[in-house]
Amino acid sequence: MAAQNPRPRIAVHKFSSCDGCQLAFLNLGEDLLALNELVDIVHFAEAGMLDEMAEVDIAFVEGSISTQTDIERIHKIRAQSQYLITIGACATAGGLQALRNLSDSGWLQAVYAQPDYIDSLQHVSPISKQVHVDFELWGCPIDQQQLVTVIRSLLWEVIPKLEQNKVCLECKRRQHVCVMVTQGTACMGPVTHTGCGALCPSVGRGCYGCYGPGENPNTAALGQRFAGLGLLPQQIANQFLAINSQAEPFTATGKIWKDKS
Amino acid sequence: MTQQRDISIKVPVLTRVEGEGALRLQIKNGVIEDLQLQIYEPPRLFEKMLLGREPNDVIDIVARICGICPVAYQMTAVQAFENLCEVEVTPWIRAMRRVFYCGEWLQSHALHIHMLAAPDFLGFDNIIEMASKHASVVRRGLRLQALGNDLIALFGARSVHPVGVQVGGFYHAPAVTAVAQIIERLQAAKQDADELVRWTASLPLPAEEQQFVSVALRHANEYPMNEGRIISSSGLNIDCHEYPAHFREHQVPHSTALHALLQDRPYLVGPLARINLNADNLPIELHNLLTTCGITFPSQNMFHSIVARAAECWLAINEAIHLLQDYTQPSEAAIPWQARAGSGMMATEAPRGLLWHHYEVDAAGQVLTARIVPPTSQNQARIEEDLRHSFESIDLGQKDDALRLHGETVIRNYDPCISCATHFLQLDVRRD
Repeated sequence: MAAQNPRPRIAVHKFSSCDGCQLAFLNLGEDLLALNELVDIVHFAEAGMLDEMAEVDIAFVEGSISTQTDIERIHKIRAQSQYLITIGACATAGGLQALRNLSDSGWLQAVYAQPDYIDSLQHVSPISKQVHVDFELWGCPIDQQQLVTVIRSLLWEVIPKLEQNKVCLECKRRQHVCVMVTQGTACMGPVTHTGCGALCPSVGRGCYGCYGPGENPNTAALGQRFAGLGLLPQQIANQFLAINSQAEPFTATGKIWKDKS
Repeated sequence: MTQQRDISIKVPVLTRVEGEGALRLQIKNGVIEDLQLQIYEPPRLFEKMLLGREPNDVIDIVARICGICPVAYQMTAVQAFENLCEVEVTPWIRAMRRVFYCGEWLQSHALHIHMLAAPDFLGFDNIIEMASKHASVVRRGLRLQALGNDLIALFGARSVHPVGVQVGGFYHAPAVTAVAQIIERLQAAKQDADELVRWTASLPLPAEEQQFVSVALRHANEYPMNEGRIISSSGLNIDCHEYPAHFREHQVPHSTALHALLQDRPYLVGPLARINLNADNLPIELHNLLTTCGITFPSQNMFHSIVARAAECWLAINEAIHLLQDYTQPSEAAIPWQARAGSGMMATEAPRGLLWHHYEVDAAGQVLTARIVPPTSQNQARIEEDLRHSFESIDLGQKDDALRLHGETVIRNYDPCISCATHFLQLDVRRD
């Protein structure tokens, strides 16, 4: 952070999304007031601060790019931000709405009587397809602790250390009973980035990959394992082609099973 | 006498609302020539991405329509599928779903009251500014919001996009110790809830009465959340299956969310509509508390919405205590079910009002069609009607900034959830 400015400036921007990752700020409770002591929040429309084109030290970006206007906006935001951090699956990998990239055209036409009124691109893209991204926070939604860690690290001029393990390891550490081994439940834990705290196995269900692919994920083997559990090709494709369908290892494996269905 | 000047108000980005919207207003010679609540949030086309998915996947996907009210989407979808598959849940599941929903009402309302609405009435731009002068009020709000979130997480492991709901019930039943801890916090929050109701009633709310039709669920002996018939203040009383025959959606050029009308007229959904139509099902203590505050429901003052939200926070806390006090952990948190072909509908009361889902499923249990009508698309026409009424009844000689703030205040009072509104658009469009 610039030495002459003791209070770094941050902005929270929204693109196509459900607003759930911005809630990681709004649900901070008393820590939201504490955060405000450490930084100047100059733009955060949902919280009432509006100065979209202000220069900032850190820009947090929620949501994916789905209109021509979005493309112009994200380039301007990049130009005025020292660090740009994506928050959540939409900004980082396109999110659920990027499922339309896998399909033939015609979704807008099917939904709207007058599709001409709608400014919408055929394909949805993550922020990194348009501009350079400094750090990515995965998750649908992101975890509050991750967010606080990143802000704290940058305030101390330290490069944030982001978790690289998979849900599967986190699950073992927490001593949850493996749902795939004991119940034959399909679980994306072996290929999914951790950060959530292995929540799905903690309630006795399989992970559905909302934190995106972890490091070197063996998605092909997991797909085969799902087939061994009795899942149909369409069901296996649905596991990979969901919230993070545009994150590459998931896209490729998902498409292979989609073609078999 | 109203000053006859030409006024052009533009609010290019509405703040303190969920999602992306704008306001455009043109007044010539004291007459409103153009008034639009513009919603430009890009559509995400959920009804297309649900096709080919199975019911339990749909429950996880529809949560993503809205970060603030994922429970509402999950509760509506799960019950629509249970109606379709003729699954009868146990009394434990029914009660715990109500507690789960109480958590969402509490966090969503506490967030709206303190972060989005109250700064308007007290003259601040945002909650952080407000905290400098009203620290204890803000802290109380943040405490209630956190309690609501934790109540959701009790069943869903997290409050945003919880992971605990499946067709037939829940994936797990909370431990007795976890429930005991949250009951203790709920008990401690009762006083906060009392004070919250009193505080909202004491805010300098405009005293503007207007005519509007309220629409909400109605249950025989409960304040409605998860079930009930759809009724209106103009005499409608229907089952959720009859919704499409009475309510019509249409597209307007300035919005990516469809407008809904009841008998070709705008109508109101949300906390004020709900309390107006169910005032006789409020607990007597809450009724008495409101009376001592000088507030009587039904009310035709739209600004009583914030008091209705506070009253529903009170209700959520007390209802959760009541439903959890004799908590025991069941051997199974869900009952078995089998996929079948058919059509299932459901309506529940999201924090922002009536939410209606309809799914058609094939024999393999995969979704063939999905249609979802969220509260905010139903309120859009009402918001525009209210804006028109408000600008016709105030002094237009005020400065543009004051008029702009007035317009924003009117809109924020509805707690519009624009992300929701644009994410469900009907599939069976009439192209005429």
